[in-house]
Amino acid sequence: MAALNRIQKIASHLDPPKPHKFKVAVLGAAGGIGQPLSMLLKMSPYISELSLYDVMNTPGVAADVSHMSTAARVKGYLGADQLPAALAGANLVIIPAGVPRKPGMTRDDLFNINAGIVRTLAEGVAAHCPTAWVAIISNPVNSTVPIFAEVLQRAGVLDPKRLFGVTTLDVVRAEAFISEIVGADPRDVSVPVVGGHAGVTILPLLSQARPSLPASMTAEQRKALMTRIQDAGTEVVQAKAGAGSATLSMAYAAARFADSCLRAMGGEGAVAEYAYVRSSAVEGLPYFSSPLRLGRAGVEDILPLGPMDAMESENFEAMKAELLGSIRKGEEFVAKGPAAAAAAK
Amino acid sequence: MLLAQRKLGVAQRAHSRAAAPMVARASRRSLRCEARKVALLGAAGGIGQPLALLLKMNKFVTELALYDIVGTPGVAADLSHCNTPVKVTAFSGAEELDACLSGADLVIIPAGVPRKPGMTRDDLFNTNAGIVQNLVRAAGKNCPQAVLEIITNPVNSTVPIAAETLKAMGVYDPKKVIGVTTLDIVRSNTFVAEARGLDMKDVDVPVIGGHAGATILPLLSQATPAVTFTDAEKAAMSEKIQNAGTVVVEAKAGKGSATLSMAYAAARMAESTLLGLNGEPNIYECAFVQSEVVADVPFFASKVLLGPHGVAKVMGLGELDAFETAALQAMLPQLKTEIQKGLDFAKANTA
Repeated sequence: MAALNRIQKIASHLDPPKPHKFKVAVLGAAGGIGQPLSMLLKMSPYISELSLYDVMNTPGVAADVSHMSTAARVKGYLGADQLPAALAGANLVIIPAGVPRKPGMTRDDLFNINAGIVRTLAEGVAAHCPTAWVAIISNPVNSTVPIFAEVLQRAGVLDPKRLFGVTTLDVVRAEAFISEIVGADPRDVSVPVVGGHAGVTILPLLSQARPSLPASMTAEQRKALMTRIQDAGTEVVQAKAGAGSATLSMAYAAARFADSCLRAMGGEGAVAEYAYVRSSAVEGLPYFSSPLRLGRAGVEDILPLGPMDAMESENFEAMKAELLGSIRKGEEFVAKGPAAAAAAK
Repeated sequence: MLLAQRKLGVAQRAHSRAAAPMVARASRRSLRCEARKVALLGAAGGIGQPLALLLKMNKFVTELALYDIVGTPGVAADLSHCNTPVKVTAFSGAEELDACLSGADLVIIPAGVPRKPGMTRDDLFNTNAGIVQNLVRAAGKNCPQAVLEIITNPVNSTVPIAAETLKAMGVYDPKKVIGVTTLDIVRSNTFVAEARGLDMKDVDVPVIGGHAGATILPLLSQATPAVTFTDAEKAAMSEKIQNAGTVVVEAKAGKGSATLSMAYAAARMAESTLLGLNGEPNIYECAFVQSEVVADVPFFASKVLLGPHGVAKVMGLGELDAFETAALQAMLPQLKTEIQKGLDFAKANTA
């Protein structure tokens, strides 16, 4: 990853990046994640037009954000009738829409509500901006990305290079937690986090962390760190005691991912990121989060996972079944169709 | 990437206003960045949360102490996962307020209730006056050297409340009590840039007076780059700036007032303040402070120079054109009344 970033820096010196600007649509802009995310995106130098869509409250959020003295033009869109206009011409669609966890819930418990929401939005994207890059935050990501892919596929517009489940928050969390342990600036820490985006499907490859974890760390401590990264989302749900899940850190991570996408889209050379994508990286798993190289057309390369130590390999094997189950659940949801889903309620 | 761009943008604005040479990035990096504790009172609220996020992303903050009467543990747990070096601590409830404030260099106060449609900022007085006074008392006790930045409305009254309260405690320093009016400047910059097709990064419009309705006085004649407006356009633009807060309250239909743009503006003001504290020269912002710029008006918003001890210098108003001179005279009675309301409240409520 460090090598890729060096290549990117060299490339940008040779061909100084003109800040290309794009239209970005946020679906779920009035929600707990959507609002701070909209604020951060309004500050992006890569966005010319920011389209804020939700089923309620968007006029207020758009009026608020539109007063910020940065270049992006903001428009609010309210309700399903306005979804087509919100999406028209979008280059990047970011989707935090849906309900968050309450204490005691897993991300999978959100499936019933969020699956339907994501399907409807996927149908909108297929109809109105089929070539846009799509970044899905709505949980359970392990299932909502396959749902989105199935809808796009049935509409004949799926391009797996441009469909992403956002896992950046896991990477951010891993970097933050490791920096506490090694005493480094968290922005100087890099650690791959691969797999999926729920509990044990989150696989931090601590053995590949830079700087490396201290040799004095015991196996129990490394296991505890891995568990902490996997359960960090739950940590916040508990701390918020029913008031929601991670919103501010999720907005921060999503804005970082959006930034990577927009720089890649604008041709700033290869951009290194992690995201949950359609993948043949792991046999038997149609979707997986790996280190990626992003370019103008989306995913240019899915990079190898690199070496895993014994603990990581063990976790990797152990989580495959759950990840596959979540993927199948998403695919079947779309296969059954809305009538069947309604009958099943 | 986002963060670096924003930082440079803020610095560029500060320097273009002062018409001083831009401080090169290299020399800013070599500036000694002191450890800076920022206390945010009202951190779990509509403004507090996005503001906390922006402060967690700010490279001049070393510790961010979050206080509210409820909800701070969740906000702190959330923010602590962002991979920036800022250390986040959470304080909940009155018993923990002292610990939150101890050692703070900068205290930012968005705590209180926002407007609902139909309300003026003054309508918030009854609820928010007491909230601000309590928090300022605690600041006066625990961190009298800190710069206090007050967002809680009505700013025209809450800043005088803060000053009188600190005076009664014997710790008042007028250089350190600041009412945040930055959102009026941000709005002015946005609207003028949009109206004239300018790049927002380049536009700076000073706004003087106060922070409510007609007391908000944008000095379009002093805008950089220079813009020309007809009298009718001037009136319309001034009204648009003055009513912008109300427009958002209406658009939110009871769900609150400006939160995200307020967080953005307050974060800009906080960064300018921290730059000033760190000794960066030529940091100018408009702010509502104790002032002698207008006779018989003890508090007034104008351009101030921020320095190592807070407000280093309150600048004059510069040249006002006829429209602005008239508008200034017209709004002074409202401003004086709102200031007096705050002074009277504080004097009636000395602990």
